Amino acid sequence: MQVQFRIERFNPDQDTKPWFGEYTVDVEPTDRVLDALNLIKWRQDGTLTFRRSCAHGVCGSDAMRINGRNRLACKELVRDYGSKITIEPMLGFRVIKDLVVDMEDFFASYRTLQPYLVNDEPPGVGRERLQTPEEREIFDDTTKCIMCGACTTACPITWTNEDFLGPAAIVNAHRFIYDSRDHGANERLDVLNSKSGVWRCRTIFNCTEACPRGIEVTRAIEQIKRTLLTGE
Amino acid sequence: MYHRFDAIIVGAGGAGLMAAAQFASEGDVAVVSKLYPTRSHTGAAQGGISAALGNLEEDHWIWHMFDTVKGGDYLVDQDAAEVLSREAIDAVYELEHMGLPFNRTPDGKIDQRRFGGHTRNYGESAVRRACYAADRTGHMILQTLYQQGIKNQVRYFNEVMMVDLLMTEDGVCNGIVGLDIQSGEIHIFHAKAVLLATGGFGRVFKVTSNALALTGDACAILFRRGLPLEDMEFFQFHPTGINKLGILLSEACRGEGGILRNGKGERFMERYAPNLLDLAPRDMISRSIHQEIRAGNGVDGQDYLHLDLTHLPEEVIEEKLPDITDFVRTYMGLNPVTDLVPIQPTAHYAMGGIPTDVEGRVTIDQDNTVVPGLYAAGEVACVSVHGANRLGTNSLVDLVVFGRRAGKHMLDFMKQNDHQPLDPEPDYRARAEIDTLMTNETEENGADIRDELQEHMMDDAGVFRTAEGLQRLQSKLGELKDRYSRVGVRDKGKTFNMDLMEILELGYLIDVSEAVVAGALAREESRGGHFREDFPDRDDVNWLRHTLAYKTSGGIEMGSKPVVITRFEPKERTY
Repeated sequence: MQVQFRIERFNPDQDTKPWFGEYTVDVEPTDRVLDALNLIKWRQDGTLTFRRSCAHGVCGSDAMRINGRNRLACKELVRDYGSKITIEPMLGFRVIKDLVVDMEDFFASYRTLQPYLVNDEPPGVGRERLQTPEEREIFDDTTKCIMCGACTTACPITWTNEDFLGPAAIVNAHRFIYDSRDHGANERLDVLNSKSGVWRCRTIFNCTEACPRGIEVTRAIEQIKRTLLTGE
Repeated sequence: MYHRFDAIIVGAGGAGLMAAAQFASEGDVAVVSKLYPTRSHTGAAQGGISAALGNLEEDHWIWHMFDTVKGGDYLVDQDAAEVLSREAIDAVYELEHMGLPFNRTPDGKIDQRRFGGHTRNYGESAVRRACYAADRTGHMILQTLYQQGIKNQVRYFNEVMMVDLLMTEDGVCNGIVGLDIQSGEIHIFHAKAVLLATGGFGRVFKVTSNALALTGDACAILFRRGLPLEDMEFFQFHPTGINKLGILLSEACRGEGGILRNGKGERFMERYAPNLLDLAPRDMISRSIHQEIRAGNGVDGQDYLHLDLTHLPEEVIEEKLPDITDFVRTYMGLNPVTDLVPIQPTAHYAMGGIPTDVEGRVTIDQDNTVVPGLYAAGEVACVSVHGANRLGTNSLVDLVVFGRRAGKHMLDFMKQNDHQPLDPEPDYRARAEIDTLMTNETEENGADIRDELQEHMMDDAGVFRTAEGLQRLQSKLGELKDRYSRVGVRDKGKTFNMDLMEILELGYLIDVSEAVVAGALAREESRGGHFREDFPDRDDVNWLRHTLAYKTSGGIEMGSKPVVITRFEPKERTY
């Protein structure tokens, strides 16, 4: 099938502002949007620039706006979009070039919430710390995060409030707060209770809709709010 | 730009980050990675990491060692396999202590599942040895190790691509040259010790489970500098890739009870591996699939077969194989709970690579002479724990066990040694290569060359090989190399020049392919992942040895080195 792509382009070496390039490609209906981007790059315009690696939705490199919604280009099939597809970089990040954005601040937010197991008790030699399947299940969903940024930049609060840590950072805090082996919950909850934390969330659910891993992001944020209110 | 560190780790997958974790607060170390660390391909590993914990049934490290040796068709260095299987146990506990969320048994221990080629009591029956976190074990390893890096405040240089290795005239490694993709600047990293942990090179093949970034960069760079590559002819084709796309469907599907069926609906593995059936090693199953297709037993006369999960309880599929279920739904529009899944073998894993000893030190000859200051670990390395065919889950074991050993050894090395002085212009080679690519007229499109390379490698260096096909491939590679010299980068800018990156990678792919084909042509026998139709039997008299490929001005020269045999004498390999 023939698909017309409109792709937002910006090369800081020569452009003063972004512009749209138009490209027509022949693709199979079952091709990924990423396959089409590669075709354009390899056959039409070698300067088109985007991040990509695993090409099947587990590395998180190729999050971008596809027809206005944050998606991984490698997890979307062209047949689900029809003959016109518009591609833009994720909102709220500085554009480095074309679809490549600067994610340093995104990772900085993630780092503020101690995204690692906090537990100073010696675990014992030659054995694991015990954890029941039920205890593990509580935080299973948030272990799936691949830090692609789709949720955070789908959230309108992050567009206007630079202090808000954003859904992805909160998801990764959730992953440890509810891990029965972890002792760092209080410090993380203090940060999440501050003005950059969970109370900025207005339960708009854009984050949940955007997550390519199917994480129930809003639910995780609500769970943290409940813990802050009830101590449970 | 010039940087000076005690140690440089190139690559931020499981091996690189596990090595980095050994430094904790000691030493001045930096990780240089072509990708953001969390994008590394370790994150795509699905099924599990084996260790003889014996949490569900009796198990012993020596059974794991035996399975590894037999799985590798006896080309495994047994001293290394012993290290692998003994230290796997500690390494898994270390990962758990770092926070890795393994699935659990009802009594709270790490849960374990069956996996191909892993058996109790030297081949008696399948054993539950693979520790796992649903079907995203690699993702959890990568995340956990990256989290440790944040805790330990590891210094990262993200999106910096290694483009050269630095060595003194006396053959001591003293750094690397990197291209900062974001800025286009060349960086010189001066170091006492360098670890190469850049992963595999599956992108030499058309249908592969490997990420686009897996282009054999470090292998090619060392090869160009005259250092050898070991056992490059051994490349694993995983039996269950999604038809045409090559996306991996983990062996865990079969570990949980999935069955392979041909076009007639027959469970054909009954004929090829009557004991282990669908959990036979990958090389045997991939060959069996191709034999079924050749015999006209493909589905609807085509070149694919079926993976059947429909008899499994829905909750097993949804809870233990959620990502795989998602892949099948996303890319094929099928539901594995009710539909048969079309599969074909996909290029998956390089058993060969940069020769190292069990401390991760790079070696250069049959006497295992070490390059001081240079280390390699993970898929890029060949220790050799995988021999002629890797068992499922052993890649993750390899990463953590040998990443850890290399890290510890580097830490000692850098305490005892000083920085070796650099040449006055250490980056001249890298600059010359990049300048040529940037200024070349674009007479050839790199994408055409890459497409042809991948197709021809798939056809003539895939699951089945012959002298005729490999010779044809050799001359094709010569032609592609010639055409590569006329490729120019179309993007002339400095900022995030992805075009330049891809053209550099194409050069690496071609050189690595030459090493694969040279090894495949030289090895006139069939063993593990290397099957020569003109030499269909294993030949222990002539070929129970590793190959070493050296790039010289007169072409590729082949050397060899003996296999280390300690506990298990080679036997016929049946399952």
